[in-house]
Amino acid sequence: MSTATGAPFGPLGVMRSWLRLRSGPRRRGFGSPIAWVIFLIGAIYFLVPLWATFLHSIKTRPDPLLAYRQVFADPKFLGGLGYSFVVGVLTIVISLLIIVPTAYWVRLKVPRLRPVVEFVTLMPFVVPPVVLAFGLIRIYGGGSPITLASTDFGLNVLLVGAYVILSFPYMYRAVDTGLAAIDVRTLTEAAQSLGSGWTRILWRVIFPNLRTALLSGAFLTLAIVIGEYTIAQILARNEAFGPYLSLLGRNQPYQPASVSLISFALTWLAMGAIAFLGRGSRSRVQVAGAR
Amino acid sequence: MGFLDLTGVQKRFGDVAAVEDFNLSAERGEFVSFLGPSGCGKTTTLRMIAGFEQPTAGSIVVDGKEITRRPPNQRNVGMVFQSYALFPNMTVADNIGFGLKVRKRPTAAIRKRVDELLELIGLPGRGSRYPYQLSGGQQQRVALARALAIEPQVLLLDEPLSALDAKIRVALRKEIRSIQRQLGITTVYVTHDQEEALSLSDRVVVMSDGRIEQIGTPAEIYNFPATSFVASFVGTLNLLPAQVVDAAAGRLSVFGQEIRAAQPLTGGQSNGQVSIALRPESMELGEAGGPNRFRGPLEDVSFLGSIVRMRVGLGDAASVSLDTFNDPHLTLPAVGEVVTVSFPREACLVLESGTTAAPADALAV
Repeated sequence: MSTATGAPFGPLGVMRSWLRLRSGPRRRGFGSPIAWVIFLIGAIYFLVPLWATFLHSIKTRPDPLLAYRQVFADPKFLGGLGYSFVVGVLTIVISLLIIVPTAYWVRLKVPRLRPVVEFVTLMPFVVPPVVLAFGLIRIYGGGSPITLASTDFGLNVLLVGAYVILSFPYMYRAVDTGLAAIDVRTLTEAAQSLGSGWTRILWRVIFPNLRTALLSGAFLTLAIVIGEYTIAQILARNEAFGPYLSLLGRNQPYQPASVSLISFALTWLAMGAIAFLGRGSRSRVQVAGAR
Repeated sequence: MGFLDLTGVQKRFGDVAAVEDFNLSAERGEFVSFLGPSGCGKTTTLRMIAGFEQPTAGSIVVDGKEITRRPPNQRNVGMVFQSYALFPNMTVADNIGFGLKVRKRPTAAIRKRVDELLELIGLPGRGSRYPYQLSGGQQQRVALARALAIEPQVLLLDEPLSALDAKIRVALRKEIRSIQRQLGITTVYVTHDQEEALSLSDRVVVMSDGRIEQIGTPAEIYNFPATSFVASFVGTLNLLPAQVVDAAAGRLSVFGQEIRAAQPLTGGQSNGQVSIALRPESMELGEAGGPNRFRGPLEDVSFLGSIVRMRVGLGDAASVSLDTFNDPHLTLPAVGEVVTVSFPREACLVLESGTTAAPADALAV
């Protein structure tokens, strides 16, 4: 039996698979001209606005890089970015600890519940963020058995909780795609027959084989958390990066453009990290198959 | 009481009985194969021994200890899967040493054992490779080494050679048997390939529709099939309807041509309608094969390499096939020519009529 290898995920994977022309053998050299035309159109569509934003950000005179200098000199920039980054990392860890065992168990033991779990994970698309944030404040506010909304620490906990819910659609899909690429049942049974318990199976067999999928889900979550405005505005007391960006846009002419480009560069760095850390895993996720 | 005992084992999935009243006692170091068509319950039975399925009824005992309700990770049973199931994120050495790490063996002891097993499976020095860097046959050898590393009480193999090409399959099955003999490990092997089962096993369990049809040595299964299913599933067979002429004398009529069985017909066999089973290799062209004879036109001649298979018509669109060894100087009658086929009385196996025969390789009328 030959199991499918890791499906392309994320922009780089999709781009790679487009250039390879999904059906038919892999082409050597530069690929087909049609693929390149599509790629160029896509590149122009994305790059022209970026170029325009860059031109706007360097209009300051006499120093064209003044907006960038001011952004990096502003303690609120790095403070907001750092705060959102920490919240993002905590969100990723908690989300992974919830989603991976759930998706694994559903695939292994109760596959008929998959549509139900998929539906539940899609709820953040149905419930508006503002409703989610106010709902959390109401439930965990004064008079509630668990009061979290009245302290900074409690609000931080609520913020992470809200982002964990927000990350479910992205994280579940990424993990489920990863699980589909490996023969979960047989690998589990193989580990069991060798004496392994559930914790070791998850930690030593399942998690490592989901590396690319987990990274994809993690970086999507990170990108969402860093740029999110509504929930952060309500629960993070203007400490997060999203509200900082919004505030900047209201008061400064050139700095918002520079901050946009910087955050864009950070996102691309994260995507590059996915490609770098996930390299080689495509061929490793081969469970079986005569060669 | 044997080393591995399955007593009254049953498995039901809702209303469907996958395995019914399965009884087997295997001795220590014995190689037992479960043979049968897809869906006959052989893999389900193996999975119950491994602990991946819970029997609905019955008990499984290994070395005198009941393991029926024990979880799979506490059974000390090694399993080799059809799809190899090597952990893709681990090297060959890590795969083989996985079970020993779970058992918290010292690192040096694990390394030593891994090296021994790599030597045993003929892959010394390949420990640092990843599974995807190995061929299918090599991956299956690693899977075997991984299962053996934990020194299991029972080794289970679930169609381990099905994903491999024919040449590697034959080579690897010899290796499996040789390693099994060397280690003296009790082994249960699931296959739907009769050649594999017959060539590897000390005993074969032939299964159909969740039930055991026959348990016996390969020679017993092939030469003395207990049911028409076994007769038709194992080997190539002519299954012909026959009319009892004289039960006491063992006389039968096949499409108007009279033959004799070696023994008087008794019980259900003495009824009017029976079936006779004849192996193609037990018949001869001409009259030298024995006292029983059929006459009919030669309908077809097939060259199969080492043997030549001929089909002789018996009337009513029925025919009988017989084999002869290939010989460069072999001269055969022309197709359409009326020929005589002869066979000894002992070659004629009389089966009660009405038993369903598996048509896998049967050359039934």
